[in-house]
Amino acid sequence: MSRPSPLGLLLVAPALALVAALFLYPLGFSLVAAFTANGEPTLAHFEKAFELYATDIRFTVFIVLVSTALIALISIAIAGVLTLSETPRLITTLRWLYRWPLFIPFIVAAQCMRTFLAKNGLMNNTLVAAGVLDPIQTASLLDWRGIVITFVWKQVPFVTLMLAGAMASLDRATIEAGRNLGASRLRVLVEIVLPQVGQTLLVGLVLSFVTMLSVLSVPMMVAGSQPTMLTVDMAFRINSYGDYATANALGVISYAMTAVVAWIYLRHQVRHGTP
Amino acid sequence: MTLRAVLGTAAKALALALFAFALFGPLANLALWSVAERWYTPFKLPVTYGLRYWEVVFRPTGDAMSSLATSVAIAGLTVLVALLVSVPAGYALARLKLPARTLIMIAFLLPQAFPSVAIYINVARIFYQIGLAGTVAGVVLVHAAHGLVYSVWIAAAAFATVDRDLELAARNMGASGLRTFATITLPLAAPGIMASAIFVFLESLDEFTGTFFVGVPQVTTLPLLLYSASMGGNYQIASITALILLVPSVAFMMVIERFLRADVLSKVGQ
Repeated sequence: MSRPSPLGLLLVAPALALVAALFLYPLGFSLVAAFTANGEPTLAHFEKAFELYATDIRFTVFIVLVSTALIALISIAIAGVLTLSETPRLITTLRWLYRWPLFIPFIVAAQCMRTFLAKNGLMNNTLVAAGVLDPIQTASLLDWRGIVITFVWKQVPFVTLMLAGAMASLDRATIEAGRNLGASRLRVLVEIVLPQVGQTLLVGLVLSFVTMLSVLSVPMMVAGSQPTMLTVDMAFRINSYGDYATANALGVISYAMTAVVAWIYLRHQVRHGTP
Repeated sequence: MTLRAVLGTAAKALALALFAFALFGPLANLALWSVAERWYTPFKLPVTYGLRYWEVVFRPTGDAMSSLATSVAIAGLTVLVALLVSVPAGYALARLKLPARTLIMIAFLLPQAFPSVAIYINVARIFYQIGLAGTVAGVVLVHAAHGLVYSVWIAAAAFATVDRDLELAARNMGASGLRTFATITLPLAAPGIMASAIFVFLESLDEFTGTFFVGVPQVTTLPLLLYSASMGGNYQIASITALILLVPSVAFMMVIERFLRADVLSKVGQ
């Protein structure tokens, strides 16, 4: 078993060929389209992209960052309750509840929110009926807030699932020790539990970040046309103008956002060592 | 019970109720729209209820039925393509010595770890040149590449959990390598591979972005029908289509632990 097996390479080859043909080759294609015009290297497409879409670039970064922060907070809260609560019934109910959106497709989530968050949607109607809001105060949330709410609704179960799993496999002794010394549950969560599951949280957040950068249906269906996210702009450049150059420049900008996150993740891994 | 305990319990119950509202409210709105024959401002609930739109959707000659058939056919073919390439790859990754094994594992993650819209617009362009744009085959290829990370990683984990001693025993009794694989290794890894097949099937069924660029205008799957109905303001058709997509997703969420055993799950990605 010391030499690489030729059979192994043969068995992996078809799967790798699929990735090469449907990912690596188009990726190269997008880079060429973004950085060249008539065979000459140029940055003109990026100038055009920034000129037309600077607002949307900032809007995209803002939405994804706010969503990621909210996903982190809510996931930590739910996973924390699941791990540290002393009320068994609360744990059972919460465990049953939180997972529902896990495999619900983004497009279905978008359609749900498109009706739920509208001015006359079920959310406002319920709040009015419960006396929390006056009918006059109701407003449509179908703008950046709607996108953030949809992303958070969809991604929190995923990150919580990973986080609660990691917390469940921790050594209970450290938690019990902290509790016995009189630390509150919040303090145990922040100072004892979280530092030990930071790696898992980071992986979940990085994956969510990239997923949110890739989703086309949610910004198209939940929010109006301006401002919007880069995915919608790319689709618009292609479908309305056949403008592959600018669309691919926007694509490279979204790769760059992913690269920043990947870099943060890798730096963290190097500093803490792989588990 | 002391007052404090009562208040604590009430606070927990209230928090749970709010959480449940946030989770199920959007789904309830979807369900309401699917049975609302007329619903307009300022009415808080549908004005008239009925199953008229369900009948429209399930009419055998309707758009929805043909989209459903297209979606299921594409998802089935995607599973076939994904399993054909990922069962051998998963076996090799779990059992054979490979150079740069980590790099190969990461290669399968890449299609999911990149902002996919920028990739799909170029896939569509390439497919247009070679005549695959707007075809079922083109959509199947895109879905299969997207699902590879599940099929390969889970297949590799499933093969890795098969006890080597059982394979060695078969070999000692004179079974060939291929026969050992077909009668021992593959059946033992089958539940994990089944789980990966369900993952890939659902991914394909729910996939919107790739189909949006590669499949149009000829290939209309359920997500594309949902999108055009919703943007056209036909919330009943959009909501019923969404419910059809919702059922397999929620059912899978309920039973996933039965298919994906903890020992397989713990080896995914290794």
